[in-house]
Amino acid sequence: MIVADRKSLEEILSMVETDKKILVVGCKGCVTVCNVGGAKEVEVLASALKIARKKAENELEIDTHVLERQCDNEYVSQLGDTVGDYDAVVSMACGVGPQFLSEMYREQVFYPAVNTTFFGGATQHGVWEERCAGCGTCGIHLFGGICPIARCAKSLLHGPCGGSSNGACEVNKDTECIWDTIVKKKMEQGKVDDLLAVKGFKDWRSARDGGPRRSIREELVEGNI
Amino acid sequence: MRLSYPTNVKVIQVPCTGRVDIIHLLNAIEDGADGVYVAGCLEGECHYIAGNLKARRKVDYVKRTLEEIGVEPERVEMYNLSSAQGARFAEIANEMVEQVAKLGPTPVKGSCAA
Ligand code: SF4
Ligand code: SF4
Repeated sequence: MIVADRKSLEEILSMVETDKKILVVGCKGCVTVCNVGGAKEVEVLASALKIARKKAENELEIDTHVLERQCDNEYVSQLGDTVGDYDAVVSMACGVGPQFLSEMYREQVFYPAVNTTFFGGATQHGVWEERCAGCGTCGIHLFGGICPIARCAKSLLHGPCGGSSNGACEVNKDTECIWDTIVKKKMEQGKVDDLLAVKGFKDWRSARDGGPRRSIREELVEGNI
Repeated sequence: MRLSYPTNVKVIQVPCTGRVDIIHLLNAIEDGADGVYVAGCLEGECHYIAGNLKARRKVDYVKRTLEEIGVEPERVEMYNLSSAQGARFAEIANEMVEQVAKLGPTPVKGSCAA
């Protein structure tokens, strides 16, 4: 899933500084699962903002709503009747959400309440870790099912580098050297020779380097026979 | 045992402090309560294993939130006591009322603020 962290209240308060009536809109997708922008977090943010503005004797009226997903126009369109009633809308979805909202409702201002960080999963309750960088050409099977693109600070395909020390990455000693992990796993499996194979150049054009990407499923596109 | 505790403490009963959520504490502050505290069972004695520990983490979250927006975090507290400690219950109520009185009225002028 997409993982995000909520922005500081200070930052969100400054975004809505001049507004009197706002809508905080959450998303039941990824940001609900990573406990940052679902129904609960929407209410908590709304309450915290109201407290801050009451304290400043400049009350802020806040309505809340949670969409099934903010990255699908069929759900985004559900705000059509009400979106114009507010001075601004604060979105708690990943960065995709407020963009879809802005594209559909061109007159309204949408503020992102979260910082979208990575594709990952929960390694324990309350802790999420990056696993994929969306490179567009998955090759984890070459590395024991572990992704060095996302998990090696240098995205090395023939690691580890000389900075690997006792299983820790030189970039940050609290980060595991994923190449250490890959090699250990291959050794355990008795397949360390796999790593001797030289991988060809990685074609980064399928990643962000090739510009914004688009996926088309011909069989789903209306108008296609 | 007839113990008295301050009349300005309003008790809201929950089956377990694990039921108390962040939003409940924030709503109390938002609505103008001068302070709010959670009285849970002693740590290690929760009938639902960890309800009181979860409550403490939620109280800490609310404290951090209040601090971020310039409201005294001491307006929210977590206490632990057993249901057999009636005297301690009254003592805690007094302690909390005293702590909040020192801070003065809430800076959050909500609908039920005096
Ligand atoms: S808007 Fe973002 S958070 Fe919500 S479902 Fe879509 S991708 Fe996930
Ligand atoms: S190889 Fe690419 S697609 Fe596969 S997990 Fe790594 S970053 Fe994601």
